[in-house]
Amino acid sequence: MSHDLDHGHVHSPPRPDQDDSLTYFRTMEMAVRELLIDKGIITAVEVRRQVEDMDGRNAGRGAQMVVRGWLDPAYQQRMLVDGTKAAEEIGLDVGSLKLVVVENTATVHNVIVCTLCSCYPRMLLGLPPDWYKSRNYRSRVVREPRAVLAEFGTVIPEGTLIRVHDSTADMRYLVAPMRPQGTEHWSEADLRTLVTRDSMIGVALADSP
Amino acid sequence: MTDAVAPRFHTGDRVIVRAAYPIGHVRTPHYVRGKRGVIERLCGAFPNPEELAYARQGLPAQPLYRVRFLQRDLWSDYDGSNVDVVEVEIYQHWLEAEEHTQ
Repeated sequence: MSHDLDHGHVHSPPRPDQDDSLTYFRTMEMAVRELLIDKGIITAVEVRRQVEDMDGRNAGRGAQMVVRGWLDPAYQQRMLVDGTKAAEEIGLDVGSLKLVVVENTATVHNVIVCTLCSCYPRMLLGLPPDWYKSRNYRSRVVREPRAVLAEFGTVIPEGTLIRVHDSTADMRYLVAPMRPQGTEHWSEADLRTLVTRDSMIGVALADSP
Repeated sequence: MTDAVAPRFHTGDRVIVRAAYPIGHVRTPHYVRGKRGVIERLCGAFPNPEELAYARQGLPAQPLYRVRFLQRDLWSDYDGSNVDVVEVEIYQHWLEAEEHTQ
């Protein structure tokens, strides 16, 4: 069978069979996982379920807390004093997470980073976005937060204090954004749609109606 | 936690982060070492991560604080408000009381 290579259009080069790379740490993770499974300490199904659970968490959990705070000032106060207890109070399982909730006001804007690695309140926001883990964001947001926020389209007025939280150790942080104007009669479910992941990291405000 | 070091600092206390550069797993960012800040709150006591990283117990647990730094004290060329701050979690063994200056 002949194949005419010169038939009027150009093929892209074939994609390599190996579509990812085997790094040192991936090799180590596989070795440890296989050993744990071989020794009957965990099962492959348990590993898969954990990954599925992690992938299944999303920012809707954090939004439940934020909106409850908008609707109930007493809850908002409890949330600022002890974020972990406040999450548990509305039935959110946060595991061993030690949560600090920081509140945006007319005069203070909060933003979260982990300059040392990528600490993030996964139990409430799901997996972090790639940019949150990038060296660019991590090194710059502690040093020029106003410029970084502007790149996200978030321009903070000169008179508003910016408070950057570097999540270096055992605490995890959630920003409670301000409630947008014009939402006075909104239902709890509708309000939750305004509270985006980025608004709870602090690189954006809550959506406006 | 019973096996914990007693906290030495209170909210509002002025502190200096040790300007030390030990090797190993350290969770005190370089950009605050040797800098002055104020205790924002005590977070509790936690096993020392510098020990945990090497599969040791990390006990006695170290008090952990959130320390507030003025941006202008961290970066001489900071472009923003004079009152902008960064808050960083720092374990007690990295903190010293600020000497009173006349």
